[in-house]
Amino acid sequence: MAWLTGHLTVLVFWAFAGVAIVSAAMCVTRRNPVASALWLVVTLFQLAGLFVVLDAQFLAVLQVLVYAGAIMVLFLFVIMLLNLGQGGPHDFKGVIGLGVGAVLAVLLLLQLSVLRHLEPPAAIALPPGTMAAQQAHDGLVGTVARPLFDAYLVPFEITSLLLLAAIVGAVVLAMRKL
Amino acid sequence: MLLGPSLAVSAVLFTIGVTGVLVRRNAIVIFMCVELMLNAVNLTFVAFAQRLGVAGQIFVFFVMAVAAAEAAVGLAIILAIYRHRETVDLGNINLLKG
Repeated sequence: MAWLTGHLTVLVFWAFAGVAIVSAAMCVTRRNPVASALWLVVTLFQLAGLFVVLDAQFLAVLQVLVYAGAIMVLFLFVIMLLNLGQGGPHDFKGVIGLGVGAVLAVLLLLQLSVLRHLEPPAAIALPPGTMAAQQAHDGLVGTVARPLFDAYLVPFEITSLLLLAAIVGAVVLAMRKL
Repeated sequence: MLLGPSLAVSAVLFTIGVTGVLVRRNAIVIFMCVELMLNAVNLTFVAFAQRLGVAGQIFVFFVMAVAAAEAAVGLAIILAIYRHRETVDLGNINLLKG
């Protein structure tokens, strides 16, 4: 049974990951900004699914609420406000730009591919299943909330300052002309 | 258990985001590609949190807060530029070009 569950988890993981990669590629290649935004929403939902597979259920909910909900609505709202519904003729760079972009992307992928074999040192790695056990003990929200309001209280409060600065900045920028 | 595959998926998503920033000219689409890169890094954090403790998940919170602030300010900048230049094509926005 455990063997079957393990294989099912891997299957679900790759299903979400495959759709996420395909829709991210669609997001980059669509000429229409609205289509790009909607493909990005699909990617964000798949990432929420991956978070569930990786024992981060509360973050998956936040991902859907904050990213796929609030942030993407903001993007679509600006696209609508600026009437950018159809892509322009110069949306992609020329042949040279595309070539340089492709070369740099392949280079970056090669450099990042070493991550595949990364393993945390055995001395600091938790035994498998620790996170699930902790969630069963503290609850899904409590697992994240307890350290957030304990060890990470100061960064949490500074985040509120950051959001305040962003609100003021957005209002000031929206009011005057550059 | 799924650490290696997660990091591989995250690397691919990050590269797709970088490619988008490099080859697109529409400021809003470039912005969405930056969000995609932030999400790829979030996946890395969550994958490591499974093995190294819940701190990684806490950092995803902060990344989300920064992403929200960045989206608000960035879109306000794009709005201001659009009102001035009537375009969001980065090829036409060359005020700082030497």
